[in-house]
Amino acid sequence: MNESFTLRGVTFQNRVFTASGTFGYGDETTGLVNVNKLGGIITKSLSLKPRDGNPAPRIAETASGMLNSIGLANIGVQHFIDEKLPTLRSLSTKVIANIAASSIDEYCAVAEALEPFAEIAGYEINVSCPNVKEGGLNFGTDPNQVARIARELRRRTEKILIVKLTPNVTHISEFARACEAEGMDAVSAVNTLIGMAVNIHTRKPKLSSTTGGLSGPAIKPVALAKVYELTRAVKIPVIGIGGIATWEDAVEFLLVGASAVQVGTANFISPATGVTIAEGIRAYCASHGFADVDAIVGALIAEKNRSVIDSWL
Amino acid sequence: MHQEHAVIRSLTNLTPEIKRLTLHAPSICRDAQPGQFLNIRVDANFPLLRRPFSIFDVDGEEVSIMFNVIGRGTTVLARKEPGDTLDIIGPCGNSFLPFTDGDYDTSILVAGGIGVAPFPFLTKRMDAARRIETFIGARGKDFVVEGGMKNIHIATDDGSMGYHGTVLELLKEHLHTHDAGAARLFLCGPSRMMRAVAEYALERNIPAYASIECEMACGIGLCQGCAVESNGGGKKYFLVCTDGTIFDTRTVKM
Repeated sequence: MNESFTLRGVTFQNRVFTASGTFGYGDETTGLVNVNKLGGIITKSLSLKPRDGNPAPRIAETASGMLNSIGLANIGVQHFIDEKLPTLRSLSTKVIANIAASSIDEYCAVAEALEPFAEIAGYEINVSCPNVKEGGLNFGTDPNQVARIARELRRRTEKILIVKLTPNVTHISEFARACEAEGMDAVSAVNTLIGMAVNIHTRKPKLSSTTGGLSGPAIKPVALAKVYELTRAVKIPVIGIGGIATWEDAVEFLLVGASAVQVGTANFISPATGVTIAEGIRAYCASHGFADVDAIVGALIAEKNRSVIDSWL
Repeated sequence: MHQEHAVIRSLTNLTPEIKRLTLHAPSICRDAQPGQFLNIRVDANFPLLRRPFSIFDVDGEEVSIMFNVIGRGTTVLARKEPGDTLDIIGPCGNSFLPFTDGDYDTSILVAGGIGVAPFPFLTKRMDAARRIETFIGARGKDFVVEGGMKNIHIATDDGSMGYHGTVLELLKEHLHTHDAGAARLFLCGPSRMMRAVAEYALERNIPAYASIECEMACGIGLCQGCAVESNGGGKKYFLVCTDGTIFDTRTVKM
């Protein structure tokens, strides 16, 4: 069974990645999961300077999902290089650094700081964090800004560049087209959906930041439709994210056209979920007589009636 | 840390309101220290997230927790039966024991409600040479668990058992009339109760260590969701799940 997947000349052993912000820096889950069985690890977002994150409460559970407003709490790129890279270097799985920033200069500075390290296979650009006031979603909801960030980064690196898109826009495909035009190697989608919950006894929002990002199984149908839209709008690979908790979920994304998937919130419940999903995809392909996982990518049998999404593409 | 599919050995009532669940979890039992918690997946999708429970006791390869039925998670848990399997991750968090190192005379354990959960195991593993006094506050007698602890003083809100009033009032009275020597306080309970006891401890210059409760998504440091603000120093926030759950009360904003 060939499970591998190649981006910009880098081959990943399978198509299951851990989503940024749900797996730390890859060294927190020792004893619970063999990370070398993953296609790759996408790190917690890194900014130029360490960020404390938002005040508590930062999370609230909702029906089959959760809201978070972590606020990009992270150790900063220099600490990452000093403290986390030595551990990551010993892994055989590939590592992609997720970058968050509040200016184009900052995105470039973080990428440049990581550029000398061969153990970083590429970058996923977070233009879609709903929980910080500067940068984040302000970039991700303006296709011109996304294009500018992509262009500046492309000029500075030959490594893989993936832009992580927000679903909090009218037509996500516009953003993917901008990324494709600027030479991005892939887009990943979706980041969290803006959501809210209220404690009716205190009459206060359940999150200190009032709204947060919704993730988990609750968002999977929304994410799947976004991936459907993206895979019909661009030729570059789309990495599907959103509520994937089982191998069946992952197979749905692959059938719709995602070239790979990321597992996010499910890691909070079982950090080994990604490994279980990779095994499940393999078994599914074997039992359906496919010798290569690539054969199921986009293998959706289309209905004669077109989706409303097709009408705006 | 381990993830185990643990078989339920028993589910019993400690009081009319409080249940004890005992699981066979050999790997977790081997490593468990008092004050640590188990993160239990009670259901597949609703609730989605695991629920943290203090370790109530460890006996050989069996670990127990205690709970009262208050929300969706504990409702589902209360319906389980011996022979059922639960997916658990643990032991998570730090332990009370490092905070018992050093020279002092009396360990004073102060519990509010279900916060008594870690104290039987702590009592079992604490240095036997040192005196332990245990103060338990509860709504009423149906919420009082006493087993496995020493020198118990009880306060209830409704006066149905022991002192009629708060556990802090009872603790103050006791320390007024008894010489505890050099003491340390170990707290577990509702945040309002722990905040009040910690303030009193600061006035009296008694070191106090509290097991902080917080909504968590992962319990193992991945999500960064369970932040508690520090009282200055290096970090602005600690994570309850991995920096705690037990903190020197002087280092965090309670």
